[in-house]
Amino acid sequence: MAAAVGRICGARLLKNYGIVAPQVCQLSTSAKGWTKNRKLWLSTLGVVGGGVGALLFALEQSVQASGTEAHPYHQPWSHDGWFKSFDHASVRRGYEVYKQVCKACHSLQYIAYRNLVDVTHTEEQAKAEAAEVMVKDGPDEEGNYFERPGKLSDYFPSPYPNENAARAANNGAYPPDLSLIVSGRKGGEDYIFALLTGYVEAPAGVVLREGQNYNPYFPGGAISMAQVLFDEAAEYTDGTPATASQMAKDVATFLRWCSEPELDDRRLMTIKAIGMFSMLAAVVYYYKRHKWSSLKSRKLAYKPVSKK
Amino acid sequence: MSLWATLNRNVFKRTSTFAVAVAGGTFFFERTFELISVSLFENINKGKLWKDIKDKYE
Ligand code: HEC
Repeated sequence: MAAAVGRICGARLLKNYGIVAPQVCQLSTSAKGWTKNRKLWLSTLGVVGGGVGALLFALEQSVQASGTEAHPYHQPWSHDGWFKSFDHASVRRGYEVYKQVCKACHSLQYIAYRNLVDVTHTEEQAKAEAAEVMVKDGPDEEGNYFERPGKLSDYFPSPYPNENAARAANNGAYPPDLSLIVSGRKGGEDYIFALLTGYVEAPAGVVLREGQNYNPYFPGGAISMAQVLFDEAAEYTDGTPATASQMAKDVATFLRWCSEPELDDRRLMTIKAIGMFSMLAAVVYYYKRHKWSSLKSRKLAYKPVSKK
Repeated sequence: MSLWATLNRNVFKRTSTFAVAVAGGTFFFERTFELISVSLFENINKGKLWKDIKDKYE
């Protein structure tokens, strides 16, 4: 690649002209620009590159219209937007839904109880949450493994000891770990919400195997997870009515937090970056004007050489 | 003598005082910049952050 660029532009691209030379070059007829051939080469390269890019984009767009699955609606998430943080009350309710419903089948192995502190729970509450579960620990002094109540530093325990056990309990389908599911699925939390609330009767002609259900948002339509969210399927400690869509929204928000716990920090960083870069832009603008002021206000006078 | 000229003569001319000015300036700039950014963030997201809602659960 570098060789090709080098052939087209010659050493011109790499050569250091100093600060004023590029400016002077514009004002003088003596400095040579690119030859016709070079220009031709470069414009061909540009046209071909742009064309290939546009073609790839068009192909990608058209693929979305084929396929059988329904595309999830975009929901108005409260953390959508450049500066919008998570709704932490919703994340907390989502944790409650996970704990009461999803945890029976899905692991969440990359989240630890300490991660909940100051996000959805106070330290005492998080400790109490951890103490509710038993985790395997060991070996102790005699070399035995034992069970103990969880501590803040423990990760969420998985419902099954391994993937095979999970498959055996779910008709051969593996309930995936949910820690990174929002990042791992096209559509993110919109998909999770649509999936959880989108169960319908299988249309005529669709054959479902034992233990399968029909969900138009799941690629292929036949999903081995039954509908799990019904009104009052979970209980909220803050008194919010636990409707199916409320729970789907909260658990999707919670899972987004699991995938991107740093989202709040990133939103804050956006604000800081905009502030910092606008100040720098002002400096750069001033500096540019400063440097060009002499060039723009000067006058060139050509004095004919006397014949004598 | 304008303020700028005073500053120039007493602070920016000597490298040692200039370096001190840079370090001190950085400190105060960073603190105010941080304060402003965070308060903007917390204002935009009032009611959603953990610090706003934690009293509800105790
Ligand atoms: C009864 C067990 C069970 C429960 C409870 C359960 N799931 Fe599932 N889940 C499964 C199984 C099994 C699969 C695999 C489905 C497949 O691959 O066909 C699955 C798959 C998924 C997927 C992946 C879909 C995909 O695109 O691959 C998501 C997301 C999901 N579940 C979310 C949830 C959430 C959120 C909850 C709690 C509200 C929940 N599940 C509760 C069994 C369960």
